[in-house]
Amino acid sequence: MASEITVTVLRFAFLILLWLFVFMVLAASRRDLGVGRNVRTAKASADTATPDSPTPPSVTPAPRPRATQLAIIDGSQAGVIMRLDDQPVTMGRSSDIEVSLEDDYASGHHARLFPQGSRWFLEDLGSTNGTFVGEQRLTRATPIEVGQNFRVGRTTMQLKA
Amino acid sequence: MNKASTVSRVDTPRSRRLTELLLTLCAIALCPISMYLIDPDRAVENRMWLQALLVQGVGALILHAVMYLRARYADPFILPLAVALNGLGLAMIYRIDLTTPANAGAMQLMWTGLAMVVSAVVLFFLRDHKILLKVTYISLLASVLLLILPLMPFLGLEINGARIWISVGGRTFQPGELAKITLAIFFAGYLSTHRDLILLAGKKIGPVRLPRFRDMAPMVVAWLISLAVLVFQRDLGSAILFFGIFLVMLYLATGRLTWVALGLLFVVAGGLLAYNYISHVHYRINAWTHAFEPEIYNQPLGGSGQIVQGLFGLASGGLFGRGWGNGRPDLVSYSNSDMIITALGEELGLMGLGAILMLFLLLISRGFRAALGTRDAFGKLLAAGFSALMVIQLFVVIGGVTRLIPLTGLTTPFMSAGGSSLLSNWIIVAILLAISHAARAPHVVEAFDSADSVDYSGSEADGATSVISRITDSTTPQGGRG
Repeated sequence: MASEITVTVLRFAFLILLWLFVFMVLAASRRDLGVGRNVRTAKASADTATPDSPTPPSVTPAPRPRATQLAIIDGSQAGVIMRLDDQPVTMGRSSDIEVSLEDDYASGHHARLFPQGSRWFLEDLGSTNGTFVGEQRLTRATPIEVGQNFRVGRTTMQLKA
Repeated sequence: MNKASTVSRVDTPRSRRLTELLLTLCAIALCPISMYLIDPDRAVENRMWLQALLVQGVGALILHAVMYLRARYADPFILPLAVALNGLGLAMIYRIDLTTPANAGAMQLMWTGLAMVVSAVVLFFLRDHKILLKVTYISLLASVLLLILPLMPFLGLEINGARIWISVGGRTFQPGELAKITLAIFFAGYLSTHRDLILLAGKKIGPVRLPRFRDMAPMVVAWLISLAVLVFQRDLGSAILFFGIFLVMLYLATGRLTWVALGLLFVVAGGLLAYNYISHVHYRINAWTHAFEPEIYNQPLGGSGQIVQGLFGLASGGLFGRGWGNGRPDLVSYSNSDMIITALGEELGLMGLGAILMLFLLLISRGFRAALGTRDAFGKLLAAGFSALMVIQLFVVIGGVTRLIPLTGLTTPFMSAGGSSLLSNWIIVAILLAISHAARAPHVVEAFDSADSVDYSGSEADGATSVISRITDSTTPQGGRG
């Protein structure tokens, strides 16, 4: 018959053994806890390859920050400057959208401006009179640079940094 | 981008099979040590510790060998954790056999060996877990059959008011345990292919976009059948478990909290109905809320004696426990199956129970790690679904015996006496290992990965992925260091 003290020592020794095992597993899995780098790159490359993404995968993000203001430089609301967040904005004659234009030549939902990487892209939403960058009528989403004029109906706008 | 440069730049991950072997050896030792501590004289006499050592050792080595051959990059921690939990359960069942008329130890040991071998076989043939995507609807059918089996007149067996067993040649088996695997496979397969339809098609009512009925119909049918069968079988624990998996996987696939909120409303409504119309549930809830009232404590059917004795056991265990073999788990009914957690808490104390819960936590976190790492939607859903299944099951069991929620009969994964539960948990381990192999094995990351698309046709993608795994297979030094 084992003495009282041996029994007590063994009792605690077993608990220590159990926790030792827990800590061995923890120590061995320590560097494996984060999601691997491989996986992250895989996800990024898959993201750029999604078919509905308007950017070709070769577009490399420019180092400078994205434009933060939208200025109306010609038309009935000339002089208005709006702040752009990270959200896409829709522009048109309709009153329930971000950029509501007082312009009879604009369609209800005329065009959409959305951020992608460090740039804003402009996309026509099937408007009647078209959206123009310079003299070019938009057929697909196009990146807009700061200071570049674009026209919706009779309103001309540009991005400001 | 040039493929050759890719290969040279990727530092091949280590398989870490050696880590696994060392940890597994430690885990195997836990059970014989416990058995020796319970009663040194009788342990030497009846040689149970030797049998446990042999069965667990051989089983673990077979699994290790299969991983070495077929799933070299499988997660190195799942096997040791499962072996450790299984061993502690074995020791406790053996210990309860010594002081009560119960005789479950030998059977449990036999089932342990069988389950580990089955797990190895599953892992051997399931090299790529995406094969399971092809049996999405077959697994729905299998779930239904498995759940209906106990209701069959000659096959079914009613024990303690729940009709969830079948009896084949004198042996009993719980088909519902396997049904939770097939249901998880069905949910994962269906949601990974129909995720977008459920999310995007359909009318928008207020802030909630309701999916079209036909997109959701198979899911609802699966859920209704499992619930209906479980109401007829009067097994509340499994009903909660199945509904839990359903909600968790729906949330994992769609990321919509509105679903979870709706589901919880269903739970409340179902709970109220069950409380009022099913006597079984009524007793359970009464035993939970009025556990310490004498008439409910002494009530022979559906009384709270079991819960309260379990609580007394936990209390007498205290912080460091009574020590192996010094508690009185024989006072609690079903102390080797439903109430095994209180028996362990009594003899190992809060510290020991904490360690056991940590082992479960680590095991579950490895499952979620595999889900994060793997690249196909089906694998992600399946691994996360199995992990969530374990979480829910543990919550229902441990919450039940500690009187946090009403006690419902569910097994503690890997620990409770019961062959079907062991078998299904070891099969889950095999599937998790296969998924974690897919997650950790090296692959080309630059090329667009066909595994990312949801409409996976099931054929082996003979693109860059398989090429690089072949290259690294041959260049990795044999027996990648752990």
